[in-house]
This record gives sequence, C-alpha cells and structure tokens, in this order.
Amino acid sequence: MGSLFTPLSWSDTGFILTGVWNTILISGLSIFVGSVLGVIVGFARAESNKYVNFLFGSVLDVLRSVPLIIQLVLFSTFMGVMGSPLPPFVAGTIILSLYTMAFMAEVFRGGFESVNNSMIIAGRSLGMTYWQTIRHVRFPIGLRSVFPAWLGVALSVIKDSALVSVIGYVELLRTSDQLISRTQQPLEILIGVGLFYFLISYPLSVYGRRIERKHAL
Amino acid sequence: MIKIENVRKSFGELEVLKGINLDVEQGEVLSIIGGSGSGKSTLLYCINAIENIQGGKIFVDGIDVHNKATNKDQLRQKLGMVFQQWNSFPHLTVLENVALAPQIVKKMSKEEAIEIAQKELKHVGLGDKFDMYPTKMSGGQQQRLAIARALAMRPDYMLFDEVTSALDPELVGEVLDTLRILREEGMTMICVTHEIAFAREVSDQVAFFHKGVIEEMGPPEQVISNPQKETTQAFLSKVLS
Repeated sequence: MGSLFTPLSWSDTGFILTGVWNTILISGLSIFVGSVLGVIVGFARAESNKYVNFLFGSVLDVLRSVPLIIQLVLFSTFMGVMGSPLPPFVAGTIILSLYTMAFMAEVFRGGFESVNNSMIIAGRSLGMTYWQTIRHVRFPIGLRSVFPAWLGVALSVIKDSALVSVIGYVELLRTSDQLISRTQQPLEILIGVGLFYFLISYPLSVYGRRIERKHAL
Repeated sequence: MIKIENVRKSFGELEVLKGINLDVEQGEVLSIIGGSGSGKSTLLYCINAIENIQGGKIFVDGIDVHNKATNKDQLRQKLGMVFQQWNSFPHLTVLENVALAPQIVKKMSKEEAIEIAQKELKHVGLGDKFDMYPTKMSGGQQQRLAIARALAMRPDYMLFDEVTSALDPELVGEVLDTLRILREEGMTMICVTHEIAFAREVSDQVAFFHKGVIEEMGPPEQVISNPQKETTQAFLSKVLS
C-alpha cells in the first residue's frame, strides 16, 4: 500500500510559482488602488473642515482598527449571504485595497499638511491658480516627503496579503499550506515560502532606498 | 500706478489697517517702515489680494483689486512679490524654480521659459547655479532666487516684504544690492523694510506706519532725516541706536 503523503518534488514548482504570482498580483493591485484612493482621501482630509474630517476619520479608523482577517471573512460572507458571492480574488482585492487606502490616506495627509502654507502663497503670488499650486507645489513636495512611509505601508501590504488565503484565494501562503498537508515537510516549505516573500519585498525596498538617495529625501 | 484709498483691514476683532491712503507712481520706490504689528506687511498682502479688505479700495493700473469680478490670478502677474521667507520650491532646480510660473501661468514654451529664467538668474547674480537645488544654497542666494522667480513673470510692480529680515547679517548686502539694481532699472517697488539706511538711500517716498495708520509720509530726507512726529522720532531713535 502506497503512502498517503508524497514528498516535495520539482513538479511542484509550477504550483508554487502560481502562488508567488498570485501574491504579487493581489498585493500590486491593492497597493496601486490603495495609493490612488489614499492620495485622494488624504488630500481631501488635508483640505477639508473638521466635520468632513470627522466623517472620513471615523471610516478610516474602522478600516485600520478591525483586523484584516475579520474584514476579509465578514465582507466575503456578507456578499455570499446577499446572494452575490464574489470570487476570492475580487473580494480579497477590494478589502485589501480599502485597508491599504486607510493607511495610505493618513500617510499622504501628513505629507500634504507638511507643505508650508507660505509655499502655496508664494505660488499664488506668481499668478498660479489654486489647482496649479496643488499640482506643481503641494503634491510634488508632499508626496516626496512621505515616500519612505509609503514604502513601509506597501511592504507590509505584501505580507498582509497572505491573509487573503482565508477566503480561499490561492496565493503563496495557501499554496504552501496545501503542499504541507500533502508532503508533511513544513520546515522546508515554510523556509522556502519565507524566502519568496523576502524576494518579492527586497527589490522594492532596495529600489526605495535608491530613490531616497537620489532625491536626498 | 498703485492707488490705495482709505483701506481698512481686520483680523477678527483686531483692526490692523485703519484707513490707509497712498499712491505709488510708475517708477517710484516707496519704503514702508514701522514697528512690528503696525500693519505694513498686511498692506502688501492686501495689494495683491492674498488678504481681503474690509473697507476702502485698492487700484492697480486702474483695476479694482478687491472687486469680485477681478481675475486675481491675472492681476497677480502684474505684481511680483518676495517674502521674508524665500519659499523656494525644494523639488525643483534653481532654473526650474524660475521657469515654472512662466510655463504654467503664461503658457510659454519650455525653451522660452528657460531663456527668461536664465536671463533673470544672471540678473540677480546666480548665473552659475542653474542646476543646483535651492536647499543647498545660502539664505541670501535663495532670496535672490525668489527675486528672479518673481521677475521672470515680467511684473510691472515689485512688492518686497522684509526680504532681509530672516537673513544672517553678512548676507543682507547681496540682497540689497539686487534691489538697488532693480531701482536703477526703474522698477516700481514697495519695500516693507527694517533697513532704514537702505530706505533712505533708494526711496522716493517713505511711509512710517504706526498702529495701522500712516503717521508720517514724504521724501526720506524728511521722514527719516528730519521726522516731525514724536512717534516717528521715537521709532527711529530705537532702530538707529
């Protein structure tokens, strides 16, 4: 009688690489969408009065305070109960993007607020319109100043994307889980998976350091 | 010509300008002196509509500055302004700092804007700093950059708000020299300043502001060298001692 378990073999490479790709896909997409929404919400927060800010702030607080894993399960279940279940990739991307946006919004708000108002007045005194000062003064200066913080959030989103496995999305961690059940070789697999997360994040962090040096942030 | 008629300005309860009247003719240099809180900087901010006013009128070349129908962005192109803090844009090189507004406000081509920027930077003695980032420059150099940036818009008037106050003493001279050049070229200027000797040297008129009113106004030989009012005398003896 053959064993229930089969050892890890080269034929598993394709399966693992699919997991790697899925992790890159969902994190990349969520970082992109989260950053774009974050810039918009962060700018709105930096420019609006305290009432609008209170409203925005409360929503962001919920998104940032409730553990990601709970948000994923609740959203995915809710959509199912409502009769329109979403594929794990879609549900995962929506929640991970909103979660990313909640952190990015605060990062960007800080950046925009750090641009001294006298800089804006200097722009206006040159005849620039309000939107021209936003586009050519406030945005570029504010965004540069928060680049290191942006990178920090982006890197943690890559790692947090592992949680999307709980709603059935087959990314890197889920891949490894299935392989562990089959091979009973947790040590090798987890070391390998950890290495893959490192390989995904490390180039980003090196790239970030290079940009920081180049612009002397 | 800049014409200021009975201008009143308040911040909340505090009235900082209590009916200011003055005229600045084309080619004239007006220096405004006075203690802190006398309203002299506020007047400059009102002239280019960065601050609104609560009463009176300001006309620049006949345009009613604070009229709702006035296009203030367009009006500001006539009025170059330089501040106490130089406010250079840190993400742009020296050349880009100066070329930005001509490009986006006046819709010049990049080549045209750069040509003007180079010319104005040479004008203020920064001809060898085109590719530098302003954060690497001294305060005096950054202030001259701010002057070049304003001049690149080809303004008809220049407003200077205590442009040497934030500078180390040894850097004041280079900025004042730049202002002297503009004066010789016939630029119409209003300078809010603490540099009394400079004001005496370059001004056609000097106005002494005290608690939101013009206490004394006239040629420098009168206001600075031979002040009539007690408040003017007291102020000058304090700053000149």
